[in-house]
Amino acid sequence: MNQDTPTSSTTEAPATSSGEKIITINGMHKWFDDFHVLKNINLEVGRGERIVICGPSGSGKSTLIRCINRLEEHQQGTISVDGTELTHDLKNIEIIRSEVGIVFQQFNLFPHLTVLENVALAPIWVRKMPRAEAEGNAMKYLERVKIPEQAAKYPGQLSGGQQQRVAIARSLCMNPRIMLFDEPTSALDPEMIKEVLDVMIELAESGMTMLVVTHEMGFATAVAHRVIFMDGGEIIEEKPPREFFENPEHERTKLFLSQILHH
Amino acid sequence: MAQNQAKQAYSPGTHPDLPPPVRTTGVLGWVRKNLISSPLNIVLTLASIWLLWSIVPPALNWVLAEAVWSADTRKECWALMGAPRDGACWAFIRGSFKLFVYGWYPEPERWRVNLTFLLFAITIFGALRENIPGKKYWLMFATAFPFIAAWLLLGGFGLTPVGTQKLGGILLTLVVAVTGIAFSLPIGLALALGRRSKLPALRAVCVIFIEFIRGVPLITLLFVASTMLTYFLPPGSTFDLLMRVLIMVTLFASAYIAEVVRGGLQGLPSGQYEAADSLGLTYWKAHRLIILPQALKISIPGIVNTFIGSFKDSVLVLIIGMMDILGLGRARLNDPEWLGLAPELYIFISLFFFISCFGMARYSLSLEKKLQTGHKY
Repeated sequence: MNQDTPTSSTTEAPATSSGEKIITINGMHKWFDDFHVLKNINLEVGRGERIVICGPSGSGKSTLIRCINRLEEHQQGTISVDGTELTHDLKNIEIIRSEVGIVFQQFNLFPHLTVLENVALAPIWVRKMPRAEAEGNAMKYLERVKIPEQAAKYPGQLSGGQQQRVAIARSLCMNPRIMLFDEPTSALDPEMIKEVLDVMIELAESGMTMLVVTHEMGFATAVAHRVIFMDGGEIIEEKPPREFFENPEHERTKLFLSQILHH
Repeated sequence: MAQNQAKQAYSPGTHPDLPPPVRTTGVLGWVRKNLISSPLNIVLTLASIWLLWSIVPPALNWVLAEAVWSADTRKECWALMGAPRDGACWAFIRGSFKLFVYGWYPEPERWRVNLTFLLFAITIFGALRENIPGKKYWLMFATAFPFIAAWLLLGGFGLTPVGTQKLGGILLTLVVAVTGIAFSLPIGLALALGRRSKLPALRAVCVIFIEFIRGVPLITLLFVASTMLTYFLPPGSTFDLLMRVLIMVTLFASAYIAEVVRGGLQGLPSGQYEAADSLGLTYWKAHRLIILPQALKISIPGIVNTFIGSFKDSVLVLIIGMMDILGLGRARLNDPEWLGLAPELYIFISLFFFISCFGMARYSLSLEKKLQTGHKY
């Protein structure tokens, strides 16, 4: 990898890919009771790097990114995020959660709060920002995801695509350094996928470090620096997207690609 | 197309070539559809009409037309109607009304009871209104109300002390029921959270408490309160019977509230907890802002159900000799002047409970509607 200055193309490797690591996962294992979901995961993510994780269902890809902000606990190995190691120490978990945003497949907006309240909630209560400032800030992020006009509505009144964009705004409002996306478009109707991907692409262009679990291969090609293929709880293959799609090494990767590309 | 247009030229029922359509809407339509649509239906309708005819007019006659509203004794009542028992003797209720409301609360101090009732009404009005200016102060007042009421009713601090054995009738019923309801919600909430806690010791304490209280009949707990507790207290100390009863009633209701709220907490999708966690909200903030508002909303029907249950269960205190409205009423039936007027008494008491409980039920419905924000997770 080179260390050139960043170029305008979004698919170039990030300038710091061989330098500063923002996430380091070392020999990490996780079990759900007897079930070994993640086996010896080693992964380094550079600042500004964008990674797409794909693989068949049950391969552990969602669990992997959920371990990064401790929604799931790992049992072996180490995970450190921006220099802080994830342990049982609640303080560390809080620090990491305030730096890592996550967007869920099911949006998980708070249905009893309006869109604006959803977005402004964490800045007010976690960052102790004055309400007026937090709401002004929230409006800025709602504009960024292109739904400022829905601010006074409740999530239940929005379409899935709009809800997911609110969820993205809610995460961005906390100024995270890393964004995790857990199948952000899987619960959406086909015509709404694009509006969410557009927001994500724009976010990618702004230089955000992103880990995205998705099967949107167009998105992977357009923005990812690396594509990681997981199966059976292991990382099977990781490559830049073009190489990954054109020249997969492993049989399992080939089989998976043939299944998702020719349906 | 042309036919269609021709049809539209007539308003319904005015087409010269067609018979007027059978009415399916309005009163007549409803009658035709529901009451006389088949021979069996006609028979059932006639039978029902006959039944209503033979029950309702005599009942109304007894309750209202033939009823006597003022008399000093049962005999006077009988004398005022065609034949004894032809009508209700409401004079009994009227004459005993003050006793039924205040119990044996000393006459000159009854303004304190009235003031308490008034404050209670204001509290209910203020606390239950969604959009009222100064909501915060209303809630603070509502929280303080039980303590203000205790001071007003029992005296001390400048007021003449009144012993708890003087409380009776509707006053006592309300004291028992409202205390149980008001304190069981916060305690039940704490128990529900404790039962879901990650700390094994706390969880165990909550589980044991809830299961023990739920597993023992309220009457048994009341007997424990009235007899056994004295064995555990230091000799010579007296712990007021009413206080012991209130504690038992409250604990009993809170165990049920805890389970209802726990159901609400479990009804929330785990995504809500995860979203709150991932935004960096602490346990308490997440619960206060995200989890409890939603969990309590889901639990409203169950909570109100428990409230109604504990309101009605308050009559069980008569078993340990406390004179709530039912106990006092039954005692009054033994008065030789008013012997045999049980129907009047029980109708009155039923009406009191029905109005209170129905009010709670309606309020909970309107609250549910108000909190509806088109929830979809």
